[in-house]
Amino acid sequence: MNPAALELQQVTIELGARTLIAGLSLIVEPGQVVTLMGESGVGKSSLLAWMCGTMPEAFRASGRVLHGATDLSLLPPEDRRLGILFQDDLLFPHLSVGQNLAFALPAALRSRAERRTKVEGALDEAGLSGYADRDPATLSGGQRARVAVMRVLLSEPRALLLDEPFSKLDHATRQRFRQFVFDHLREARLPTLLVTHDPEDALAAAGMTLELPSVGSPQVH
Amino acid sequence: MLRLFPPLAVVLLVGPVLAGLAGTLLPAFDYLPVLGHRAAGLQAWTQLLELPGLRTSVWLSLSTGLVTTILSVLLVVLLCAAWHGTRAFAAMEAWLAPLLSVPHVTVALGLAFLISPSGWIMRCLSPWLTGFSQPPDWRIIQDANGLSLMFGLIAKEAPFLLLMTLAALGQADGERGSVVARTFGYRPMIGWLKAVFPRVYPQIRLPVLAVLAYGVSVVDVAMVLAPTTPAPLAVRVVKMANDSDLNLRFIASAGAMLQCALVLGGVLFWWMLERTVRWWGNRWITTGWRGGRESIPRWIASVAGATLGLAVIFGLLAMAVWSVATHWRFPAAIPAGLTSANWKLHASGVTDAVWNTLSLAVCTTAFSLILSVGVLEFEAATGRRTALSKVGLLYVPLVLPQVAFLFGAQVLLALSRLDGEWIALAWLHLVFVFPYVFLALADAYRAWDERYRRTGLCLGASPLRVLLRIKLPMLLRPIAAAGAVGFAVSVGQYLPTLFAGAGRFPTLTTEAVALSAGGDLRSVGIYAMLQMALPLAAFALALAAPAWCFRHRRGMHVIR
Amino acid sequence: MSTPVHLRILGALFRRFLSLGVLAILGLTGLPPVRAADTNSWTATLAEAQGQTVYWNAWGGDDRVNAYIAWAGVEAKKRFRIEVRHVKLGDTAEAVSRVLAEKAAGKDVRGSVDLIWINGENFSAMKQHGLLHGPFVDRLPNFRWVDTDNKPTLVDFTVPAEGLEAPWSMGQFVFLRESRRVPDPPRSAAALLAWAKVNPGRFNYPQPPDFTGTTFLKQVLLELAQDRSALCRPVEEAQFAEISAPLWDYLDELHPVMWRNGRVFPANGPAQTRQLADGEIDIALSFSPEAASSAIESGQLPDSVRTFVWKGGTIANASFLAIPFNSRAKSGAMVLIDFLLSPEAQARKADPRHLGSLTVLDVDKLSPADQAIFKALPKGKATLSPEELGTPLPEPHPYWMDRLEKQWLTRYAAGR
Repeated sequence: MNPAALELQQVTIELGARTLIAGLSLIVEPGQVVTLMGESGVGKSSLLAWMCGTMPEAFRASGRVLHGATDLSLLPPEDRRLGILFQDDLLFPHLSVGQNLAFALPAALRSRAERRTKVEGALDEAGLSGYADRDPATLSGGQRARVAVMRVLLSEPRALLLDEPFSKLDHATRQRFRQFVFDHLREARLPTLLVTHDPEDALAAAGMTLELPSVGSPQVH
Repeated sequence: MLRLFPPLAVVLLVGPVLAGLAGTLLPAFDYLPVLGHRAAGLQAWTQLLELPGLRTSVWLSLSTGLVTTILSVLLVVLLCAAWHGTRAFAAMEAWLAPLLSVPHVTVALGLAFLISPSGWIMRCLSPWLTGFSQPPDWRIIQDANGLSLMFGLIAKEAPFLLLMTLAALGQADGERGSVVARTFGYRPMIGWLKAVFPRVYPQIRLPVLAVLAYGVSVVDVAMVLAPTTPAPLAVRVVKMANDSDLNLRFIASAGAMLQCALVLGGVLFWWMLERTVRWWGNRWITTGWRGGRESIPRWIASVAGATLGLAVIFGLLAMAVWSVATHWRFPAAIPAGLTSANWKLHASGVTDAVWNTLSLAVCTTAFSLILSVGVLEFEAATGRRTALSKVGLLYVPLVLPQVAFLFGAQVLLALSRLDGEWIALAWLHLVFVFPYVFLALADAYRAWDERYRRTGLCLGASPLRVLLRIKLPMLLRPIAAAGAVGFAVSVGQYLPTLFAGAGRFPTLTTEAVALSAGGDLRSVGIYAMLQMALPLAAFALALAAPAWCFRHRRGMHVIR
Repeated sequence: MSTPVHLRILGALFRRFLSLGVLAILGLTGLPPVRAADTNSWTATLAEAQGQTVYWNAWGGDDRVNAYIAWAGVEAKKRFRIEVRHVKLGDTAEAVSRVLAEKAAGKDVRGSVDLIWINGENFSAMKQHGLLHGPFVDRLPNFRWVDTDNKPTLVDFTVPAEGLEAPWSMGQFVFLRESRRVPDPPRSAAALLAWAKVNPGRFNYPQPPDFTGTTFLKQVLLELAQDRSALCRPVEEAQFAEISAPLWDYLDELHPVMWRNGRVFPANGPAQTRQLADGEIDIALSFSPEAASSAIESGQLPDSVRTFVWKGGTIANASFLAIPFNSRAKSGAMVLIDFLLSPEAQARKADPRHLGSLTVLDVDKLSPADQAIFKALPKGKATLSPEELGTPLPEPHPYWMDRLEKQWLTRYAAGR
């Protein structure tokens, strides 16, 4: 994946008569983390959903999201390949740890052996060697979170979207996990958009921080 | 593609109902050109009103439906108020689904044998306690007021309402509401009634109305337990519709319309009752009264619930015993001997019936599941509820009396040369199976965490792959459960099978009803057993298959 | 039974599909469908019958009858390659109304009923509405064995059969008693009433319009009526009231001392047999003189049950097999009927170990070998000899059945 910048151009999101996000534009360089801060309900998650192409129909949005020169907003969700991490790990409970990772690997990688190697490599990197056949439900919270990160990375995303991925972890785990995520995304040179309401996250991201205004005012026609 | 599902479902579901209603309504006004009747008139109605004993039939139908509904609701409320949140209650929950899967008429047959003067209870008590060497001449079943009919219906409808209430309780967060009320010093039952029930009731209102409608227009159970001099209206309408005197069909049509009016009247009465109770209840809730001793109502709830449960279980057990009895005469408490000869005698007839039952149930259930998933996917994709789930369209086939539109549907099927064809029969089954499957699946389907889908899509999987690899496997448990419900509903269908099948597709239920009127109890027992075994097997499979598939996945065992 | 069920059904479906195609082609080319009756010889009929599926609509309330029909189906499959499906009816009228509805809807071919077990008012209705195929009875090779002289095989409830239905079974109205409680049976209407008064709650009859129940009404009326001959034809309303009055007086007196005070009635004959088996009642009714023996044989009734009739004789009739006009398997139905009339099938039907009902054949006409089979049939211990069965009384005209049923409904089933 050639590193390129992630760019938002004039993004506006509305819900009924309320404007949640008005004309947001920003550029995230490869390996860089831009943090979006704001109270709950200001439309942070809606913005990420819109970027992924999975926003509910009740919302209306305009603007563009670009990766390098590619206009992602014209693509169906599965072709945008924007990796996303939520505060829950969302490992598929019916699949084993290894199957979860293999699900994310691009289909273009045909060879079974190679797929297996990739999965095992990812597990090694997460400090979970030999966990491929484990039931995700038997892992600790921190372990599951690391599997979720490796799963996103294996899908070879163009960029990473983080939707408060650290908020559910306890304090000690959180710091270690944050470091794990940031190390990996820098190594992979992924442009990353982090959404949070925890100033500590923003601090650790060591990048640009944008404060979203609390609840947009009703539009006057 | 997805957008085709909701209209398809509506057409498949409502089409036959509306067409059937029209096909019933027109003959009721003497309009049926194929029989040479073109003059719209009221003749059928005059003849209907002149039927001997019509008033008694009407009163019997109405009182049965209302009393059954009121007592079922009361019992469910009492049981939930008394025992919700306890371990005994959780244990009972596990028994509900299998109990529900047993067709109505099977339960009725078992009860009839259990409580009749020559039945099992009396056999166990005679002659050592009662002194009877021959059965007493007591009118216990088929009593003039329909009490045994109501008993049989409550035994089946109360568990249904209980299951619906439990589902609603889960959604309304009933357990915590109960706890909060108790921290204010309310006694548990009063606390539940005041803090939880008002939130739960709106969610079970439609099921309650379905119970009411069923009670007013029941046919199969009534043929076992209802009086016959005269019979309830619906039974008489079905008999007239099947008479060789074709002129009776016009009266039957008018009777079917009257049946509709009865259901409407029952619903109206219920609505007024609801308003009265609500008005009074709203004042009662705010009086601050925290309740007193609850041991008596608690005791009543337990005894009533246990009586019903045991009656059903022992009735079914009696049927099982009969199916292998050599002979079993009053007052012997157990049969003289056991044999497999009865089963051998019926082997060939039974295989046909089992095959018909299975093929219908499997096909209609599978189709209903596909249709339900399609509609629910459409709803998930658009974030909108379709007309199907919004306006209670699903409940139309469940609330409308079956005779009212099956009769007309039969005429239309005959006109379109579809009567007696398997596909017509399957379609009519679908009309009743689909709503249950949809309702059973919808909550779990909608509660599925959409973020899994987004995660899957963002990992590069196509929507179809996400559906097939992620969503449906994760929902396997509710899908299997909904399938089992649909299967049981199909197995239990009596009138649709009778009307659309032209007798060519005998199912276990039609055979059991036909036999119940007269057959040897040993034969009745065989059909009752099979009728019970098929849905039970489906439920067992619905539990076992996901459990086995995900035996190594703890995350799939949590009921979300 | 060797082929698995699903294969048999698939086969049947496939054949139906094929015949559909044939019909469609005939429809397209404007040719009339070939009618079995038009083809000449019995051999042709036999050939045409092969592979047909016959939906035999027959009352399904009696296990032994059902088992017999199942046996006939297996034999027909073996011998003639005819598939027989028993459509179990709760009431024969259901099938009549279905054919009638099909005719009304213009469904003149591919009807849903191929063969129907019928007699009395149902036959009369079908004949009157032109719903029957035939006459076909003369064409059946085995019809020559039928006793047309001494058994009512050509007239059905006073209505001439005219070759539209073939006699299949003889019935005579009999009473069953639990001999330990009824050692000395009441052999007349008056005696029955007197017995019921002494033994209240121990007698009942199936609820009209059930066949057996209505026959009880007719039996009582035949005994009490001033003028029996009036029952052979329809009468004026005023006359009906006058002639039937003794019956209603009788029932008014009987009902209060009947089982459940005459407020509940068994649904049909087998239901009543069940009550006799359960000890709910001591006297029951049947239209089959062998009923008690074969129910003892099957273990349903205790072997203390015996049969008796009334001194003045009881109603006897035949039941028949008919083919609806729009049957899609007329040849198959005819071949099956012919088989059912064969000495072999009739002997099995007369055998109390299987069904035990009187044959319609004249045993004296049969070959010595076949005669021997009939002679060798065991006689059930609860079965009466022909002499003991007494005088068979003819069925009244169907009009009476209809009127008695309606009047009974008004008087006794109208509730409070």
